[in-house]
Parts: sequence; C-alpha cells; structure tokens
Amino acid sequence: MNWFRYASPATFHPLAGRLIPWFGIAAALLAAIGAWLAFAVAPVDAQQGEVYRIIYIHVPSAWMSMFLYVVMAFWGALALGFGTRLSAMLAQAIAPTGALMTVIALWTGALWGRPTWGTYWAWDARMTSELVLLFLYLGVIALRQAIDDPRRADRACAVLALVGVVNVPIIYFSVRWWNTLHQGASIRASGASMDPTMLAGMLVMTFAFWSYAIAIVLARLRAIVLERERGAAWLAPQVSRTVAEAAR
Amino acid sequence: MNPWNFILGAYAVTLLVVVVEIVAVQLRRRAAESMLDAGDEPYPHSADSPGSP
Repeated sequence: MNWFRYASPATFHPLAGRLIPWFGIAAALLAAIGAWLAFAVAPVDAQQGEVYRIIYIHVPSAWMSMFLYVVMAFWGALALGFGTRLSAMLAQAIAPTGALMTVIALWTGALWGRPTWGTYWAWDARMTSELVLLFLYLGVIALRQAIDDPRRADRACAVLALVGVVNVPIIYFSVRWWNTLHQGASIRASGASMDPTMLAGMLVMTFAFWSYAIAIVLARLRAIVLERERGAAWLAPQVSRTVAEAAR
Repeated sequence: MNPWNFILGAYAVTLLVVVVEIVAVQLRRRAAESMLDAGDEPYPHSADSPGSP
C-alpha cells in the first residue's frame, strides 16, 4: 500500500470523512465504559475520598495536551522541511483541540487542587509550565490569524511550535526536577501506584480522549482543506454534489 | 466542602467544552462548504499544485 498517496489533500479528504465516524463512535463507547469504571467500579481513595475521581479526565486531558503539541510540532516540521500542504493543515487543525485539552487539564486540576491542597492555583513548576503550554497553543493560533499568506503562516507557526516543544519535557519532568505542590507521577515503568480498577478506568478514558481528539482533528482538517483548496479542480465534483443536495 | 460539587464542575465543563468544539467544527465545515458552493475567490496561494502534497 502506498501511504504517500494520502499525503495529498485530494486523497486524504475523503479518507478522513470515512475515519471520523469510527473514531467518534469509539470515543463515545470508551467514554461510557470509562465513566462506568470511574463511578461504579473504582473504589474511593483512602486519602482523598471521592474527589480523586477528577483524575479520570484530568490526567487524560493533561497527557493529550502534551501529546497533541508534539504531534502538531511534528507535522509543522514536515511542512517546514518539505513544504507539504497537508502537514501544515494537520498542524493547523490540531492547535485548537490541543488548547482546549490544556484548558480542561488546568480547569480540572484547579477543581481537584482546592479540596486536596486548599488552593485552586499555585505557581509551582507543573502548573506554570502547563499554563505556558496554553499560551504556546494560543500563540500558534494567533500567529496564523495574523499572517494573510497561508504558506508563510504555515512556516511561522511551525517555527513557533518547534521552539515550544522544549516546554513539553519540562512539564513532564517538572515534578521530578523540582519540589512541587503537584504530586509525582502515579504511573511509571516500574508499575502504577494505584488500584488496578482506578488504573483501568484512567486508561480507558485516555483512549476515549485519544479517539475524540483524532475524530475532531480530522473533522476540522476537512473544513480547513475545503477552505484552503477551494478553486482546486479536484473539489469541483464536491461542489456540484453539495449544490445538488442543497437544491433537494 | 462537598467533593461532588468539584467533581460535577470538572465533568460538566469538560462536556461543555467538547460540545462547543463539535458545534464549532460543524459550523466551520458548513461555512467552508457554502463558500465553495458560492464560488468565492480561491484562498491565497491555494491549489497551486493540485493533487500534490
């Protein structure tokens, strides 16, 4: 199978349309199973009580916020290095979802922090570096809006995304490098320091967040392709089809 | 402090963010399709090499 065939917007656009429902359904099913594990199966935490159940959205969203940034920078780097249009469009499609994942991570972290630490916010290394990640996402989005020429915007956003990648290991290792209010990692290579049902619920929710992120990024990518490729010959059949649907 | 208030606040806002994002993407897609149907001017520098990456 020639995967490079799908490196063109013309061939990837219909493929993305076929993939979106599958990832959307997977996200909904996994979220339902994850919520059942989180609220009906997993036990109450011995120290934190019920409030620890925020972990099932806080940790997946925090992981996704970092992961999506790296993926965005990767596609941005490809666009920068090879001038590939689809890579730049993918990077453009990822940024808003990454920003929203960061907002969810910060919001749920604040709501978890108040009953457990006694404060919604502290300027510790983990929280501050996650906030910097949000500013990086917003910076990438704003930079794109500020430049009229899309190919120049692609290059500028890719450079900013690549520079910002340095923040991701800082976020991840901050709880080891510095003495932070934020707790250390519960899942390590040596094992997880939590009940197996808690871990199962968290992992299922993580896959739900993954599936959702893929579905929504592909959906946004399809809109971006239509925006940026209008006037292209390959879109002409699509235009006549949507006009016919609208006339019906 | 009732812990369920914090849990509800976390899950409700997450759900709201997801719904808002889905609606926003749907609206963007519809806007892009209507621009396409209306035959608006091509995006700057777009489709300079159709079919190529």
